Amino acid sequence: MFRQTSRLLSRSIAAASSKSATTRAFSTELPSTVDSTFIESWKKVAPNIDPPQTPSSYMKPRPSIASSIPTKLTVNFVLPYTSELAGKEVDMVIIPATTGQMGVLPGHVPTIAELKPGMMSVHEGTDVKKYFVSSGFAFLHANSVADIIAVEAVPLENIDPSQVQKGLAEFTQKLASATTDLEKAEAQIGVEVHSAMNAALSG
Amino acid sequence: MASNAAVPFWRAAGMTYISYSNICANLVRNCLKEPFKAEALNREKVHFSISKWAGGKPEKPILRSDTPGV
Repeated sequence: MFRQTSRLLSRSIAAASSKSATTRAFSTELPSTVDSTFIESWKKVAPNIDPPQTPSSYMKPRPSIASSIPTKLTVNFVLPYTSELAGKEVDMVIIPATTGQMGVLPGHVPTIAELKPGMMSVHEGTDVKKYFVSSGFAFLHANSVADIIAVEAVPLENIDPSQVQKGLAEFTQKLASATTDLEKAEAQIGVEVHSAMNAALSG
Repeated sequence: MASNAAVPFWRAAGMTYISYSNICANLVRNCLKEPFKAEALNREKVHFSISKWAGGKPEKPILRSDTPGV
């Protein structure tokens, strides 16, 4: 937008001097005489003026970006009923984004990712803690802080594989026999969530 | 700008994100092992009463509860 500014600055003056005030849009009480000495000196200066800055160009980016990439990622993993991880410093988290499993390291580019039902793993040294996340969002900030919010997240050990198989069979059957769009959507969600749980338990 | 970007299947079927998210969460809760499943379902119980208002006065409230008899 600002690349055009010098052309527009010169163009507006050319238009003003060629048309009268009454033919310009939005001009009501402007004087009908134009000062030609002003226009001449403006035309000289206009091509060399920088376009105006916006307020955001004077602001420092928030949160402030560290000059060197931090060694650890700070993770805040929250659920509606508890703070599963609060300010924990880890090496890496792998989150189940809708675009696929996303590995987050310190210094990751700021991102907002929508999560799909899937496995999330938190890597700290040689420890890996795995959770199954039902859905949610992950906000990765410029200062290597990751805020992950989920509606329901359970450690993988707490999932019952037989229930998962039963649910998968039930929803696959519902999907085949669904009639309305809404029933199909619900059955499809069931199939996706149960397949994701299956994959998480076996993978 | 693509205002007709590919919508997720649930939105195309008329569902909102919050319904989708809650359905996913319920499905996950139903697949938990025993002590965790009971805790989770207990945690999600709701109890509320709704009343419509007409002419500045509340009408008879409707009670919806997962703990009957309360």
